[in-house]
Amino acid sequence: MNGGFYLLPPSASDAAARYDILMLAEFLLTGFVALAVAFLIVYFSVRYRRDSGADRSAAPVRGRRLEIAWTVIPLLLFLCAFAWAAYDYAQLHRERPDATPVFVVAKQWMWKLEHTNGRREIDELHLPLGQPVRLVMTSQDVIHSFYVPAFRIKQDVVPGRYTTISFTPTEAGEFHLFCAEYCGTEHAAMRGRVVVMRPDQFAAWLQQGNASEGMAARGFELYRRYGCSGCHEAQSSVHAPDLHGLLGRTVHLQDGRTLVADEAYVRDSVLLPKKDVVAGYEPIMPSFAGQIGEEDLLAIIEYLRSTGGGDARTGH
Amino acid sequence: MHARVTEQAGGDYLSDGYSLRSWLTTRDHKRIAWLYLVSITAFFFVGGAAATLIRIELATPQGDLVSSDTYNRLFTAHGVIMVWLFLIPSIPSALGNFLMPMMIGARDLAFPRLNLASWYFYLCGGIFTLAALIAGGVDTGWTFYTPFSTMFSNSHVILAITGVFIVGFSSILTGLNFIVTVHTMRAPGMTWFRLPLFVWANYATSVILVLATPVLAMTLLLLAAERLLHVGIFDPALGGDPLLFQHLFWFYSHPAVYIMVLPAMGVASEIIPCFARKHVFGYRFMAYAILGIATIGFLVWGHHMFVSGQSVYASMVFSILSFLVAIPSAIKVFNWTATLYKGRITFSAPMLYALGFVGLFTIGGLTGLVLASLALDVHLTDTYFVIAHFHYIMVGGSVMAYFGGLHFWWPKMTGRMYPEMWGRAAAVLIFFGFNLTFFPQYLLGYGGMPRRYHSYPPEFQVLNILSSAGAAILAAGYLLPLGYLLWSLFYGKRAGPNPWHATGLEWQTASPPPRRNFEATPTVTREAYMYDPVTGRESPQ
Repeated sequence: MNGGFYLLPPSASDAAARYDILMLAEFLLTGFVALAVAFLIVYFSVRYRRDSGADRSAAPVRGRRLEIAWTVIPLLLFLCAFAWAAYDYAQLHRERPDATPVFVVAKQWMWKLEHTNGRREIDELHLPLGQPVRLVMTSQDVIHSFYVPAFRIKQDVVPGRYTTISFTPTEAGEFHLFCAEYCGTEHAAMRGRVVVMRPDQFAAWLQQGNASEGMAARGFELYRRYGCSGCHEAQSSVHAPDLHGLLGRTVHLQDGRTLVADEAYVRDSVLLPKKDVVAGYEPIMPSFAGQIGEEDLLAIIEYLRSTGGGDARTGH
Repeated sequence: MHARVTEQAGGDYLSDGYSLRSWLTTRDHKRIAWLYLVSITAFFFVGGAAATLIRIELATPQGDLVSSDTYNRLFTAHGVIMVWLFLIPSIPSALGNFLMPMMIGARDLAFPRLNLASWYFYLCGGIFTLAALIAGGVDTGWTFYTPFSTMFSNSHVILAITGVFIVGFSSILTGLNFIVTVHTMRAPGMTWFRLPLFVWANYATSVILVLATPVLAMTLLLLAAERLLHVGIFDPALGGDPLLFQHLFWFYSHPAVYIMVLPAMGVASEIIPCFARKHVFGYRFMAYAILGIATIGFLVWGHHMFVSGQSVYASMVFSILSFLVAIPSAIKVFNWTATLYKGRITFSAPMLYALGFVGLFTIGGLTGLVLASLALDVHLTDTYFVIAHFHYIMVGGSVMAYFGGLHFWWPKMTGRMYPEMWGRAAAVLIFFGFNLTFFPQYLLGYGGMPRRYHSYPPEFQVLNILSSAGAAILAAGYLLPLGYLLWSLFYGKRAGPNPWHATGLEWQTASPPPRRNFEATPTVTREAYMYDPVTGRESPQ
């Protein structure tokens, strides 16, 4: 993040390494086509300029084989490029059970981040080197976009939903964090930095500062305060699903669908309880829309994650 | 080919009344074309002035020339004006209006009064948009993304979208008029596969205009409903979905790119054969490619939303369709290139513009493939790479072709020649200015500079300075034609009916054309583009 001029941003994540190779491949391909077209135009322009004595007899007006060739060959090349790029894109959204979640709430015009132990940051994100991380993001107002050029990652942060993205930092250092979706007056000032540290340094950093009792503990507090525990605990008389170890579990819904419970599912269940009703339960839960803030929701999710369950716990 | 008319009985269309009233109440498609030409040009320079301020601001990393609010309003004004008041109507409404009836041997468009009404809709929408500017501007960006535009922006959103909404009617009516005209008013013998490619391109564009523009209109109405009445459509706080807006908006706005570029392709397909003295290579493939682009162009809107949070599978479908729509575009570039083979090429100003168009469109199209690649789009979207890409297509492509077309048909429209050397100089200046302005932006984008930034980290400054310097050259290049074309109106030498020895029907009548285009309805007996490269004349057959 030094001030000097650079052509290419540093390549500091697993995604960056993959994307740069793909970019190089596409650059060579498109560069070749562009140069070939430019060469032919210039060559024909010189050779067949009005005053040249070139032979112009039997000038072709069509050429079926040629036209089929320059339709089919690009088509095949394009399909290869599509498949390669789609594969790398899918990696970004692959569920990585070993990834540590970091919660991001965007608002005009700052980034608020919270680690699982409750350590909060504003406009800065500290990450351990070489460990997969999964950002769980939402916005309090308009659409923002979380963009770290050195990681080659970008994901819109949308009010009303959780968007997630997974990657592994591969280089220590400080990198730009930008808001890439136009979000109003101070859009250009909604910048920050991502600091990638050696794991031991990161662990030390994580323990410093104004860390509270941790997100999960705060979440448990909220879980009781909002009355979730009244129905969802085992001793409850209300027939409500048990939420222990919910995250990462496969959930069967009343309408026959199944889904893997992730943060977005929990959020929707709290705010839009009629959307995905669990099989075997009555849709009696009231909506908490307008009553519960994003940051509280994230804490409750973190509490649920802490209650165990197979995959959700690993990596902590 | 057909009855060549040299004598004029009733005088040309320009001398058909000189009063302002005679122009503002005209139903002659050629005069309406001029109404568009003048108003579009005015908006082009307003939009260009905003662009100039943006480039000056970005010469330094600090936001020191204008405030962030002013900057946001500038790029919004630039986008709104250039997209809706310049790029979309430029070639169809100005050149198309003038040429479409003449190219098919008709006396006018099917609905002359509707044509005039279209211009009034355009002007009225333009005035609303300007009013929004004068009242203080809009800070949403031309995309009006929600919920920012509906619930958070404190600027004149309603006024601006009213303007865009009204301009939409102009688009729809022009599209309808063109479609009916091509279907019903072709001269005897003008079969579909004898149509000039410019007519094909405007026909396909008209279909897009008629099908896509109503979606924009509805989207803007919904936006207004949410902003004014707080109906929850897009704002999640009210129970809406912000991605719904993006789907609806891009369902219009992606085809809108083809509205801009298809007519440009049509222009290039007229100019290149004429100055290469060659039949356009693979005419039928070229026509099918136009239809292919127009059709697939409707199915790719989601490629603007790869990082929006839409499903991974939806992104994959939109990605593969985006690669597919590039195929007919590639076909067109290859066919234009092949048209040069064994030609007898002259490098007149229109030809320089047309070749410049092919070059810039190729670069813009190829970088579009990079953006269609899902993984790369994640890094590049919403950066300067995207800005460079769509400016190569829309400015490098559409504007270059628009200028080419203007130079090509200027003698027909005015009866006067412009100074050829100045025309060539402007074409070359615009080409170099354009590349210097926008090529560095590809590098900026890959380097990670986000778009719509009023201030930026200092390491991006060098490339930004190059870009701003290019913009100065580009501005000079755009101002030059304004000067010499105006000059030619008074002092240019007489053009005669067909100064380029072109084969199109529009060249078979006087310059400027008579009020009813042709003295007698022409009969068409051959395909378009019957040039003979050996003699450099019209093919005898």
